[in-house]
Amino acid sequence: MAKYLLLKHYRGAPASVNDVPMDQWTPEEVSDHMRYMNDFADRLKETGEFVDSQALAPGGSFVRYDGEGRPPVTDGPFAETKDLIAGWMIIDVDSQERAVELAGELSAAPGAGGKPIHEWLEVRPFMGAKPTITE
Amino acid sequence: MNETLLRSLTPSVLAVLVRRGADFAAAEDAVQDALVEAVRVWPADPPRDPKGWLVTVAWRRFLDARRADTARRRREDLIEEEPAPGPAPAVDDTLQLYFLCAHPSLTPSSAVALTLRAVGGLTTRQIARAYLVPEATMAQRISRAKRTVSGVRLDRHGDVATVLRVLYLVFNEGYSTDADVDLTAEAIRLTRQLAAVIDHPEVVGLLALMLLHHARRAARTGPDSALVPLAEQDRGRWDTELITEGIGILQTALARDRLGEFQAQAAIAALHADAQRAEETDWVQIVEWYDELVRLTGSPVVRLNRAVAVGEADGARAGLAELAELDDTLPRHTAVAAYLHERDGDLGTAARLYADAAGKAANLAERDHLTRQAARLNARRQ
Repeated sequence: MAKYLLLKHYRGAPASVNDVPMDQWTPEEVSDHMRYMNDFADRLKETGEFVDSQALAPGGSFVRYDGEGRPPVTDGPFAETKDLIAGWMIIDVDSQERAVELAGELSAAPGAGGKPIHEWLEVRPFMGAKPTITE
Repeated sequence: MNETLLRSLTPSVLAVLVRRGADFAAAEDAVQDALVEAVRVWPADPPRDPKGWLVTVAWRRFLDARRADTARRRREDLIEEEPAPGPAPAVDDTLQLYFLCAHPSLTPSSAVALTLRAVGGLTTRQIARAYLVPEATMAQRISRAKRTVSGVRLDRHGDVATVLRVLYLVFNEGYSTDADVDLTAEAIRLTRQLAAVIDHPEVVGLLALMLLHHARRAARTGPDSALVPLAEQDRGRWDTELITEGIGILQTALARDRLGEFQAQAAIAALHADAQRAEETDWVQIVEWYDELVRLTGSPVVRLNRAVAVGEADGARAGLAELAELDDTLPRHTAVAAYLHERDGDLGTAARLYADAAGKAANLAERDHLTRQAARLNARRQ
């Protein structure tokens, strides 16, 4: 029973094996891809391992406090130069092995030519709030 | 209407139905119906034997549901042919339910969820909140668990060790910030109940261990929920009643001379609880108990903890020598090394190792604690 964040990157991750941008897929391939993702989430709901899943828009910016009375600084929408998170899924599973297994399955989502994308997904364990008791 | 009474009766009523041959999910539905009926009827007409009343009503509901299901008529006939059992001691039934909920075919998280639901009588929503997952997720986890065990016949004893592991998992999850359900208290309640229906030294060993840990709960965290290590805890805040109870239970268990790992762990916790001040801790005896634990479990984590105890009993150098024997990828290995180097007076190495250990910590309280340790030593060295 540990939570893991599966992170999908727009960029910043190593290149996928089947590395064709989505806008060059056929509409059917896009639909197949979406269906795969939804089916995957549905299956995790059934196994009781699903926690949350969200897609993120690409237009993020960095924001920083710039001193008393001043507006925060932003670095503008220079998204293309940054590591970008496309979305995440949070799972609650029994082991690290299970988390890796599920990430592997998610990475097999079909892309161009109906072939698996083999994209890299980042798997990050959540920090627990409190420690397990040990002497 | 006494809700506590209803909740305490639920598992044994459920267990009676399951033992009579009802499958798990159908039995639970029937018991829920009976509970609703009890809430409606009892205020005006309280039964003399609440459990007997619930069993009768739940069993009737179960049979009604079966009868309505024509496709299963044959199975229903089989059930009806089964002679109605006489009054059976409640104890056996509840015990069977514990075994069912901790069945080896279930994953740990499913076993935990099912135990809290069926034996603990918690609602799905309460369990979901305690584990910070959506209610729908927990509902699926529980219903899958029910399906998994629905074909299991309860004709022989299950494995006590598995049940204890499930209860200990619940206990260790018990520091959730969510106040809706206190899983620690729930684990203790269930273990008490188990200890009442089964005569096994490891069950009371686990109960003693939980009580002794729980006794220190108020002192384990500071005002900003920062971790307070054992040596620095305000011992005046330890719950002496729980400690007395835990030690009493442990002594009775140990007297039976069937040592197991929970008793040994509880013995270590008891030795800590015994010391009025940290300096008075009997580390030599603690090392001896760790020797027992190593013998019982062979666990590298136990050997790591033993190295700390050796460091206290025989000096930091001896502890570091023990540590050198162990795989340095073990969780908390770096933190232990940092601590022993500090005790040995090598503050530079200790500070660096504390910072390393903070980077490897698996939870926030521990990471923050280790970061503070590194910062403290670095400030002292300047």
